[in-house]
Amino acid sequence: MTVQQEIGRPRRRKEDARLLTGRTQWTDNLSRPGMLHVMFLRSPMAHARIARVDVSGARDLPGVVAAFSGQDFAAEQGSLPCAWPVSEDVVIPDHPPMAVSEVRYVGEAVACVIATDRYRAADALEAIDVEYEQLPAVLDMNEALAEGSPKVHEAGNKAFSVKINSGDIEAAFRDAPVVIDRTYRQQRLIPSAMEPRAVLADTDGEAFTLWSSTQIPHVLRVMLAVVTGIPEHRLRVIAPDVGGGFGSKLQVTAEEVLCLLLARRLGRPVKWTESRSEGNLTVHHGRDQIQHIRLAADADGRIRGLRVGLLADMGAYLMLVTPGIPLLGASMFNAIYKMDAYEFGCTGVFTTKMPTDAYRGAGRPEATFGIERVMDELAAELKMDPVDVRRRNWIKHDEFPYTTISGLTYDSGNYEAATEKALALFGYDKLRAEQADRRDRGDPVQLGLGVSTYTEMCGLAPSRMLGESNYGAGGWEHGSVRMLPTGKVEVITGTSPHGQGHVTSWSQIAADALGVPFEDVTVLHGDTAIAHKGMDTYGSRSLVVGGVAVLKACDKVKEKARKLAAHVLECSPDDLEFAAGAFKVRGTDQQKTVQELAYAAFTAHDLPEGVEARLDSDATFDPENYSFPHGTHLCAVEVDTETGMVKIRSYVAVDDVGKVVNPLIVEGQVHGGIAQGIAQALFEEAVYDAEGNLLTTTMADYLMPSAADLPTFDLDRTESPATSNPLGAKGVGEAGTIASTPAVVNAIVDALRPHGIHDVEMPCTPERVWRALRERAQEERAQEGVRQ
Amino acid sequence: MPRITVTVDGIKYEEDVEPRLLLVHLLRERLGKTGTPVGCDTSNCGACTVMLDGKSVKSCSALAVQADGCDVVTIEGLGANGSMHPMQRAFHEEHALQCGYCTPGMVMAAIDLLRENPEPSEEAIREGLEGNLCRCTGYCNIVKAVRRGAQEMGRAVTTP
Repeated sequence: MTVQQEIGRPRRRKEDARLLTGRTQWTDNLSRPGMLHVMFLRSPMAHARIARVDVSGARDLPGVVAAFSGQDFAAEQGSLPCAWPVSEDVVIPDHPPMAVSEVRYVGEAVACVIATDRYRAADALEAIDVEYEQLPAVLDMNEALAEGSPKVHEAGNKAFSVKINSGDIEAAFRDAPVVIDRTYRQQRLIPSAMEPRAVLADTDGEAFTLWSSTQIPHVLRVMLAVVTGIPEHRLRVIAPDVGGGFGSKLQVTAEEVLCLLLARRLGRPVKWTESRSEGNLTVHHGRDQIQHIRLAADADGRIRGLRVGLLADMGAYLMLVTPGIPLLGASMFNAIYKMDAYEFGCTGVFTTKMPTDAYRGAGRPEATFGIERVMDELAAELKMDPVDVRRRNWIKHDEFPYTTISGLTYDSGNYEAATEKALALFGYDKLRAEQADRRDRGDPVQLGLGVSTYTEMCGLAPSRMLGESNYGAGGWEHGSVRMLPTGKVEVITGTSPHGQGHVTSWSQIAADALGVPFEDVTVLHGDTAIAHKGMDTYGSRSLVVGGVAVLKACDKVKEKARKLAAHVLECSPDDLEFAAGAFKVRGTDQQKTVQELAYAAFTAHDLPEGVEARLDSDATFDPENYSFPHGTHLCAVEVDTETGMVKIRSYVAVDDVGKVVNPLIVEGQVHGGIAQGIAQALFEEAVYDAEGNLLTTTMADYLMPSAADLPTFDLDRTESPATSNPLGAKGVGEAGTIASTPAVVNAIVDALRPHGIHDVEMPCTPERVWRALRERAQEERAQEGVRQ
Repeated sequence: MPRITVTVDGIKYEEDVEPRLLLVHLLRERLGKTGTPVGCDTSNCGACTVMLDGKSVKSCSALAVQADGCDVVTIEGLGANGSMHPMQRAFHEEHALQCGYCTPGMVMAAIDLLRENPEPSEEAIREGLEGNLCRCTGYCNIVKAVRRGAQEMGRAVTTP
């Protein structure tokens, strides 16, 4: 029998058939006998004292079972957790799931209604009477930090501050021939997973089950037990089909806590499903930083030092990992470049807005944007090609492993190879020639080329390193493999997919490791009663930590099978060779397949000394180091200087994600990431008005790109296997998002540089581009006037 | 309360519905047709797209009473005799879905697009799917799938 190697093979997904035919289990599809529907009344004010909440009007309406205010739950609702107290001075304010005495952002829940169906619940919300005493909103981070600013919390508006120093930064800047000094704004984003959040909680009086559209069933279970006091062993959390997360479902939410408490109080199952407009208000937001970046360089473009000062908007509270997000970027600002000194400072700021937290890359896209924009400014200052500036500074392929100025050790990579491949695929020289021609002709539509060379820190994470950063949990992952009596295989993973195709990739890993057919493997996940250990899915950790745990568990199963095979075949385990799923006595045709041995281990009629029944095993994997995918993305844009319209003409990405298990899945993940990164550059922004009302509450206001807004992306790969795990994989979930935003903005600025423009604030809408051009033209006219 | 008669995936139903009941809630919560998910409240995302008398509609933006006397096809009723529709197969072949939440609506919109233009260009496909949002795929593979689906469906029509 020839066994085809599964790892590296573009397998169509096992997940697809159910999703394509509607046989799905989204949380909102689920129902329990006697189930009630919960809806929340949410604050229309950004900041107010709650003088009075009267829910009695709602209680009397038909179909309404109960209505409660935050006050009704004050004694038992606990405080939503923050698991990443990043510094000694961090202030973690009390964060009640339903506001009790004060609201601090528009959308914060103040009361809830439980009714027999969602229409009745919605009707009843209108009968709740709330009296607010309005307080001043605090929206701008600089104003929030200014003396005399209204306070979001009693302790003030500073959440924390962190400073990191490496090398002699003063010396690096002293007499530096070139200093680039820029401030960039990372606008606030709304994650917008296609599936709105939903929660269903049920109880039999003693034990509780919570279904949630979450990325983190395991973390959620621990946290809910801590917050609600429900003992952990009486709480089961299930993440059924989850329709995208991108970090936004890496959270312990008010609604999850409250549904559980309501099920306990009412003794009945309760379900909550958010509307999109509710979700835009209350799913944690992403980004929202002001970055002050100074870079000192020699006249030949060599970087001497980098200073980064961040203001990071926390919003009104610190949620699960809110303060950790800007810190994830702390060691990534220096990116792939060598330098003598580095300084990083960050202040977390409270404002009266929805809290921010992990979103698609979480801290690393922000950092990559900052450094990649500044590298282009350095190139412009020195009149160098932006690619050449990068070449001058990056770590060369023979210098790995390389310990960076911020203290990370990059295990492997080849920035030269990825970049050369990308330039060739893009047709860089030809496009530069076209650009020169358009500039010469004064074409109103200018061509701009943008490059972004990036690395990211994936595989969250080595537990030891998380401990050093004061994170409240480890980063190991669990895998379990059980051979069934018929020889089929169940793989259990502690990771919790929401579109990443784990069932397919994990099947490929197990099929290769055990030598069994791909079709004979199934993968179970997302239910704490089945996948009984785990740290879940985020930060491109699933394959590089969870996939490796599965591989380790397969190896253990194989070792047990070897002992059993030796017993059955009456030879020494050392006389056996394993190939194509079978243990063969060397030099004979005697063999037993691992699938046959599974039956022998099940009957247990004749097991060798010390071997237990059943062929199964567990393993956990905790990597020594993060993994560091990298790549080069190139974007060509056409910018209409008369209308400000930006059109992406072509987009090339060459990523190095180490060894690839399933190229189709890798490609799909990169596509989606690029789309999101482009969306940050061109379209998306959460906008609050001066009173703190969110103006982008619907998909009509918050501009997510459609198929018509994006081009086809041209992808290729290079491969430098990771040395920090036996799969050699590096992670890919966030690569596209991290790389693409600066590639697009660099391209836009490149197109507009002859017009004297060196920055356009994101999102680079036609209006913003047009205004930048107009303002620049007015400045020039004013200068002309002065000269005359 | 108005009484409506509606055929969904080949089965005829008679239902008393509140005038304000949305078609998508009739399908999901009364008839158990949960293959059609809800992604937004403003008919921007298209996740809930179904066929109403052969044309695609966003079922979060139609009232159940508007479906009175109509024939509705959801993703669950799209294939025939237990096999997938060529467009569903094309989405699988081209890896045109990840989380899959937008997929039923995307498949429906794609089929309706081909009803009007059986051999669309890439640009026509992109414009035709403008009302259906996806957050996972970046649309590259969806475009490829629609093209493949168009070929397969064309073949199905022309082959005797």
